Amino acid sequence: MTDKFISIEGIGKRYSGAGGAATTVFENLWLSMARGEFACVIGHSGCGKTTVLNILAGLDAPSEGAVIVDGQAISGTSLDRAVIFQSHALLPWRTVLGNVAYAVSSKWRSWDRAKVRAHAQEFIDLVGLTGSEHKRPSELSGGMKQRVGIARALSITPKMMLMDEPFSALDALTRGTLQDEVRRICLETGQTAFMITHDVDEAIYLADKIFLMTNGPGAVLAEVVENPLPRDRGRIDLHRHPLYYALRNHIVDFLVTRSKTFTTETPGHDPRNVPVVQIGKPGLTVAAASDEPRQTWMPGSSPGLSA
Amino acid sequence: MTSSLRLRAGLVSIVLLAAFLGIWHLATRSTAPVTTMSPEYARLMGLTATQGKSAMPGPLDVGAKLWEHLRRPFYDNGPNDKGLGIQLAYSIARVGTGYLLAVLVAIPLGFLIGMSPLLSKALDPFIQVLKPISPLAWMPLALYTIKDSSISAIFVIFICSIWPMLLNTVFGVASVRKEWINVARTLEVGTLRRAFTVILPAAAPTILTGMRISIGIAWLVIVAAEMLVGGTGIGYFVWNEWNNLSITNVIIAILLIGIVGMLLDQILARFTRMVTFPE
Repeated sequence: MTDKFISIEGIGKRYSGAGGAATTVFENLWLSMARGEFACVIGHSGCGKTTVLNILAGLDAPSEGAVIVDGQAISGTSLDRAVIFQSHALLPWRTVLGNVAYAVSSKWRSWDRAKVRAHAQEFIDLVGLTGSEHKRPSELSGGMKQRVGIARALSITPKMMLMDEPFSALDALTRGTLQDEVRRICLETGQTAFMITHDVDEAIYLADKIFLMTNGPGAVLAEVVENPLPRDRGRIDLHRHPLYYALRNHIVDFLVTRSKTFTTETPGHDPRNVPVVQIGKPGLTVAAASDEPRQTWMPGSSPGLSA
Repeated sequence: MTSSLRLRAGLVSIVLLAAFLGIWHLATRSTAPVTTMSPEYARLMGLTATQGKSAMPGPLDVGAKLWEHLRRPFYDNGPNDKGLGIQLAYSIARVGTGYLLAVLVAIPLGFLIGMSPLLSKALDPFIQVLKPISPLAWMPLALYTIKDSSISAIFVIFICSIWPMLLNTVFGVASVRKEWINVARTLEVGTLRRAFTVILPAAAPTILTGMRISIGIAWLVIVAAEMLVGGTGIGYFVWNEWNNLSITNVIIAILLIGIVGMLLDQILARFTRMVTFPE
């Protein structure tokens, strides 16, 4: 826990409801990510995942707490943090090239047309859309639209990518191909990525670290699960890895039962020192996610490993 | 299939037109009994009294008169006898001026109101009250303050075409998809560039629809306004020919008002198609 590229420090989000009663979606949320890490957040709808991502993107402001990226507290959006939207959010009146070029010319205002086009083309080629540059989004399939979204996000060479269920609207085959592409691109470019997903297998395939969130309102980050699978894992033999099912069962068990009961069953849960689950390690090591070494073991929060 | 449908529809249109003209011709052909009168008195009376001819002109009379007008559209024999081309040009110029002024006010103002929920709420009661006022109700006030009948007519066009454009611009700007705005925000696009590169293209179809409604209303209103202010224009022509008891010319004017109105609408429809994007 030395390199904290991204550090979310005690953020909370409240909405003032009718009659002055405030609804707390989540509060006192702490999490950190290292540079080049791929993290997935899993949790049920309403636990505030999207809010966390929007706060990270700068599209939303936390009611309390701060987010520090690369040593600086963020305020508002930034070209350093690219967002891939769930609904791709392409501008329908622009072509594929136009959409990517819009992002490129927003980052490098002084570039001339030819340079912007060449740079945009590079990223269109990267996501495999060569030949479709002059099509409008309405002429593209769902998967191709999301590829444009990825090209647009990558084209501004961000420090990190934020993805809000980017593949949830796609069919299974397209989703698989795009997951491969995203994994390849993130590994090649060393991107730091933060992704929200509902898909346990997607998280296992893509993530180095999986954040498990309990149900909202009043959601907490329950555990950080480290992915024990080798970094050069492939989609085909993923499920043959001896730890695959242990990992999968742990996450599914959390989603099915423990996400509801976690808060009541674990009264001593310290949101600043979220237990890190390392599946397959003897004795199930639980280390502190925070770099403050005052607590390394919390008996009350020992997560039961079912597999 | 489509071409054959179009062909059949065209055929039906022609049949309907022929039937209409035929019935019109037959209905106006009939002769009434002729009363005998002294020749001096007969010279004072119209053809209806002397020859029993229908007072309503038939399609052939209208056609002949229309051909006459089309051959000499721009003659000018003094204030009460000008070619139809000149009269239409006056009306189109008034509509054009009032409408363009309304565009210049409504679209920037609509942008501001649409982007600011505060302004939107604050100005809403005024717009709601001003919108349903018949534009002609403004005429006396305009004549009194502007003291020029021609400019008053332009003002009336301005005031009647501003509301649909303003409301549609406000609505179009306010309902730009949040995600497109968020794209611009994550790309750190400045407010002005965001307005031109995201909000304007996204709201353009709605704005153009408002402009199309406005041009239709403006063309409706100009006829009535020119009947009031007089002098020139197709509306004045209609009223002048009514005073001349020339029903033929009134019918020709009605036809031309319809055709020009259709052309104005088609032009705006074409612009609307140009800015519409499929999603």
